[in-house]
Amino acid sequence: MGADLGLRSTAGRQTSRRRPGRPQLIRAAVITVLLLFVLFGFPQLLSLYYIDTMTQVAVYSMVTLALGVLVGRVGLVSLGQVAVLAIGAWVAARLLFATAQPYPVILLEAGLITMVAGMVTGLPALRLRGLYLALITLMLAGAITVVLATVNFPNGGHGFLGYNGSLVHIPPIRRPSVAGSDPAYFRYAVIVAILMFLLVLAHTKTKPGRAWAAIRQSEPAALAAGINTTLYKLWALALASFITGVAGGVLAGAVHYLYSIGFPTQDSITLLAVTLMGGVYSMWGAVVAALLYQFLPALLNNWGVSADWLTILFGLGVLQVLTTAPAGLADQVPKDLARLARLLSRLLGRRTPAPGKTT
Amino acid sequence: MIEVEGLTVRYGGVTSLDDMSLTFEQGTCGLIGPNGAGKTTFFNVLSGFVRPAAGTVRAFGVDLLSMAHFRRARWGVRRTFQTEQAIEELSVFDNVAMVHEHSKLGAATRKGDVLDAIGFVGLDADPDARIRTLTAGQRRLVEVARAVVGRPRLVLLDEPAAGLPDEETSHLADVIRGIPEHTGALTILVDHDMSLVSACCTTTAVLDFGKLIASGPTAAVLRDDDVIRAYLGVA
Repeated sequence: MGADLGLRSTAGRQTSRRRPGRPQLIRAAVITVLLLFVLFGFPQLLSLYYIDTMTQVAVYSMVTLALGVLVGRVGLVSLGQVAVLAIGAWVAARLLFATAQPYPVILLEAGLITMVAGMVTGLPALRLRGLYLALITLMLAGAITVVLATVNFPNGGHGFLGYNGSLVHIPPIRRPSVAGSDPAYFRYAVIVAILMFLLVLAHTKTKPGRAWAAIRQSEPAALAAGINTTLYKLWALALASFITGVAGGVLAGAVHYLYSIGFPTQDSITLLAVTLMGGVYSMWGAVVAALLYQFLPALLNNWGVSADWLTILFGLGVLQVLTTAPAGLADQVPKDLARLARLLSRLLGRRTPAPGKTT
Repeated sequence: MIEVEGLTVRYGGVTSLDDMSLTFEQGTCGLIGPNGAGKTTFFNVLSGFVRPAAGTVRAFGVDLLSMAHFRRARWGVRRTFQTEQAIEELSVFDNVAMVHEHSKLGAATRKGDVLDAIGFVGLDADPDARIRTLTAGQRRLVEVARAVVGRPRLVLLDEPAAGLPDEETSHLADVIRGIPEHTGALTILVDHDMSLVSACCTTTAVLDFGKLIASGPTAAVLRDDDVIRAYLGVA
C-alpha cells in the first residue's frame, strides 16, 4: 500500500518548511528598499499636490486591502466599503474634536468602533453570497450615507454629533503632533498602511487565512473540514471593517474637513471595480487599485483631462480583467513583462549569433 | 456503529430519502444505487448539510443530528466529495492539516498525524506542493488523507475512484480497505464501481429512489434480484 512511502521522505522536509528561502529573502529586501524609498524619497521628489495624492493612495490602499480580504480571500462581494470608510472617518473626527487622546489611540478606537458597526450591519447579510450580498451591502451603504447626510460630519460643535451648523470658524481636524506637515503626514499614513498590510499578512499566513481559502473555494468542503464558516466570515468582516475604520481615521487627518458629499454610495462600485482590476488575490493588488483610484484621476486632472473618462476606462479594465486576467494587474503585469523580456532576449539572440556559430 | 432510523429527506415535492433505516456495524461498508437514489443526500445528512424531515441518526451512541455541522467534522465525521474538493490555494500539508487544526492536540502531534495520514494514503508528493501541481489521482488521495487524519470515527467516501485509471483505483482500494484498521473508523463507501465495492466492503446497502431495497453481505447483495433490476432494469 505504500504506507511509509511518503512519510520518511517528507518528515525531513517538514522541519524546514517554514524557513524562508533565498527568493523570499530577496523579495523582503526589495520590498524594504521600496518602502524606504517611498517614505523618504517621495517627499523629496514630489510636489505637494502629488504628496497629498499619495497620502490618499495610502488611505485607499487600506480600503482596497480590506475589500480584497472580503472579495479575494473569502468570496464576499461588498458594495458598502465607502460607507464603512465614512463611519471610520466620522468616529475619528468626533473623537479628535472631543478628546486630546494621542492619534494612534484615536485610530485604534475608530477601527474598533467601525468594526463593531460593520459586524452588526453585516451579520444578517452573512447568509447571502454573490449578487444578493452585493445588493444588500449596497443598500446598507445607501442607508448609512442618508444617515450621514442628515447628522453631518463633526466640525467642532457640541453634543453627541459635534456638528456646528453656523459654518463659521470651523476648526480643521487635527493631525498627530509628529506629522503636522503634508510630507510628514504622508509618511504617517504610509506607516499606518504598512501596519494594516502586516495585520492582513498575519491573518492570511495562519489559521484564518487557510479557513478563508477553504470557504472561498468550497463552503461544503470547509464545513466538512470542521471550519466554523460563520465565525470565519464574521472574522473577515470584522478585520475588513477595522482596517477601513482606521483608514477613515487617517483620511480625517489628511483632508482636515469632512463632508457627507465626499462619500457617495456609487463610489463603492468604482472601488470594487478598481480592486478587481488591481487584483483581489494579492496584497500588491490593493496598492495598484489605490493608485488607479486616486493617483490616476490626480494625474489626469493635472494634465487638464476630465477624470470622468476614468469611468469608461475602469469599465473596460474590469472587462479585460474578468476575461483575461482574473488575478488582476498585480499578477498579470509582471507575467507580461517577463514574457516580453523572454521574447526580446530570443529576438536579440537570433540577431547576434554566438561566436563560432554560423546561421 | 451507525444506526439510522426512519430517515426521510424531502426537497419540495421530491422525496430523496424515504423512511430509510439501516445499521452499519464496523469496517468498510458499501452504499450503492443508481444515480439519484439518495446516496449523496444520505452523506449530506450525516455531514449536516441537509436537515432531514424525519428520522434519527446515532453514531457510536451519539445523536448526530443535534450536532452543528462543523462540530461533526471535529467530532469525527469526515468525508470526501463526488467532485474532488482539495483546496487549490493551500499546500498538500495544509489541506490535510486543515481538518486537524481545531483539535486540542499539540502542534507536534498534529504535524505527526498529518504526515502519517499523507504516508498512509501513499501520496508520493512534496507536502509543500501546491494542489494545482498534482494529478487528479494525487488530489483524490489528498482528500482521502484529509478524511483519515487524526482520529476519525466515521469516514464517508463519495465516489472516490470516479475518473481514476485502473492502477490508481487499485491503489485506492488498498487504502480504503486499510482505513478501519489504521484509524478504527467506520468507513462508508459510495461508488458505482462494483469491483471496488466488492473488493473493499464486507457489507453493502442498496438505495433506489430513496428507498432501501437491500442490505447485507456484499456478495449476496450484488446477486439480489431487486438490486440487479434497479441497476440494469432487468431481473
